[in-house]
Amino acid sequence: MKAMTGPKEHPLDIYLRAERLPHIWCPGCGIGIILNSFFRGLMESKLDLDKVVMVSGIGCTGRAAGYVNLDSFHTTHGRAIPFATGMKLANPELKVVVFSGDGDLFAIGGNHFIHAARRNIDMTVICVNNFNYGMTGGQLGSTTPLGARTTTSRTGSIEQPMNIPYLAAASGAVYVARWTAAHVGKLERTITEALLKKGFSLVEVISPCPTYYGRMNKQAAGLEQMRYYRDNSVIKHGIDPKHAAIEYQGEIIVGKFVDIERPYLPYPQDREWQINLR
Amino acid sequence: MTEDGCLVGEFFFSGNEACTEGAISAGCRFFGGYPITPSTEIAERMSERLPEVGGAFIQMEDEIASMAAILGASWGGVKAMTATSGPGFSLMMENIGLGLMTETPCVVVNMQRAGPSTGLPTLTGQGDMMQARWGSHGCYGIIALSPDSPQELFDLTVKAFNLSETYRLPVLVMSEAAVGHMYEKVVIPPPGEIEVVHRRKPTVPPEKYLPFKPDADLVPPMANAGEGYHFHVTGLTHDERGYPASSVEVQDKLVRRLVDKVYKNADKIIEVEEDRVDDAEVVVCAYGISARVSRIAIEHARDMGIRAGLLRLITVWPFPEARVRDIARQVKAFIVPEINYGQIALEVERCAGGAARTILVPHMGGGVHNPETILDVIRQAVR
Ligand SMILES: Cc1ncc(C[n+]2csc(CCOP(=O)(O)OP(=O)(O)O)c2C)c(N)n1
Ligand code: SF4
Ligand SMILES: [Mg+2]
Repeated sequence: MKAMTGPKEHPLDIYLRAERLPHIWCPGCGIGIILNSFFRGLMESKLDLDKVVMVSGIGCTGRAAGYVNLDSFHTTHGRAIPFATGMKLANPELKVVVFSGDGDLFAIGGNHFIHAARRNIDMTVICVNNFNYGMTGGQLGSTTPLGARTTTSRTGSIEQPMNIPYLAAASGAVYVARWTAAHVGKLERTITEALLKKGFSLVEVISPCPTYYGRMNKQAAGLEQMRYYRDNSVIKHGIDPKHAAIEYQGEIIVGKFVDIERPYLPYPQDREWQINLR
Repeated sequence: MTEDGCLVGEFFFSGNEACTEGAISAGCRFFGGYPITPSTEIAERMSERLPEVGGAFIQMEDEIASMAAILGASWGGVKAMTATSGPGFSLMMENIGLGLMTETPCVVVNMQRAGPSTGLPTLTGQGDMMQARWGSHGCYGIIALSPDSPQELFDLTVKAFNLSETYRLPVLVMSEAAVGHMYEKVVIPPPGEIEVVHRRKPTVPPEKYLPFKPDADLVPPMANAGEGYHFHVTGLTHDERGYPASSVEVQDKLVRRLVDKVYKNADKIIEVEEDRVDDAEVVVCAYGISARVSRIAIEHARDMGIRAGLLRLITVWPFPEARVRDIARQVKAFIVPEINYGQIALEVERCAGGAARTILVPHMGGGVHNPETILDVIRQAVR
């Protein structure tokens, strides 16, 4: 159902299903800020909103699909990318955006991420990385920094976390960037670029989860986490994402790391291209 | 071949080839799958055939992804299918549930092999019949068909697409290695003679469209992504707007409808074949390859003067409860040969409700029954 259009209070109202508000996110959570940047980036892209689809997995971040006034799909945990892959191949006219959490995209859904990047499926993936599983109560995830406390690593995680941009680049993504929820302006411009990029683009956004990750790691208010991002982020455009690993309470390297061209799927001249290969 | 790439005429096809052509004739234009014996030939042939008819083929990274991809493709507006066997079928279960909850038309072919686990990869089985019914979590109605020949793999794959588009759900073609790898004559009629059904589209403007408000047949009309409806689809319990609603009332209304849209339309969905049931004192109830073997046993029984008949389940789910109940009043016993340790036999027994005995003839898989074995049970049953 298309949300009703009434008198507009705010230029972003057309992107929201106002009748679904209030949302479920906690005060101080970064997901709303990032969704707002997505709307602004989308507005700037001037894409036809009838052709933009959002696909989410499961998690606090995954709930985003329920609030956007687009064709939107809230799927199963970890499977947003393969769902989006099928949709894009079935109808190449669509601009498919996957908006989901770190656990959804990189733990349970990690293999799908790798393969969609390798195939260079023409889609944009926006990952809200809050270093834990917010929805289920703040457990350890594949991006939890070494030493960070979570509800399943009470004395500090003993696992090496995943460096998302490095994995994305190695898997074949043609556009890879990272920002934090404290970088809204830069994030908006990056989202516009990613949406207009042909091929598989990944935008990682480091985000506060004050309710769990923050509380467990002495940053109980969203604001404290935002202050930490502001004071500890270092912009390094174009660096090898190998050097963009995140350490507990350490520096966060942000910027655009990858922006390259290579053949993508569904290839516009698919037929011709395949015939040429024969 | 027709202009749009469909085959027409008589062919000597394996069941897997016939299944592929059935899908193409039904209008399937997307296949996402992962190779697994004994279904692999379907993926292989699809990879050649789909580009010829303007469709898309993708080999996904696993069966979880395959199932997710066909759901996405279906919402993208294209008829979509996957094919697998036991281990892959197990991996598909969660997203089959998503397809049921979100009422997504698509077709899943399971070329059963003998399990559990890796089991006998190249050899036949019928061990996934209850998994087809109950394999995903929660309550739902499901449709599963069981072909007994390559011709029927063609016909029932077309039918599976039609049912999936009519009732908006994943429809399962529960075949098996013995039929998928069998070669026989397959007749493909010209396109005009094949009934092809498409999903019912909304007739109201986007502002008025309630994506999960059913029509009288309990099935909601379906808009595709990209058509301007801006709808939301979720695996969470949702109201008619498609919005999540965590209440017992909404759950009750939705889940009842998901089950009832199959049960209340069961008469239109169910297809069985009967052979000499009218005067039968004993009826063999079988499906797939086991029905073919049963025919031989029934022939011998008739030669011996035993009034045996066959009830062949073409639709296995929803189960033809009413028909089995009727027959139970007239016969001494049902005999259920199946390549498992008793699955559909439980359904027959439940519906017979004590009016007739139900005798299971199990086979643990890897081959088909010897007709003699079934004949022996028929003879004992009438003694
Ligand atoms: C198959 C399956 N396993 C587990 C869950 C429970 N679950 C729901 S959300 C979630 C983790 C979400 O974490 P993330 O993707 O990081 O999202 P966040 O809530 O942090 O935004 C889990 C484990 C589930 N829904 N499905
Ligand atoms: S639990 Fe964390 S991620 Fe989830 S809404 Fe609350 S603050 Fe945000
Ligand atoms: Mg998270």
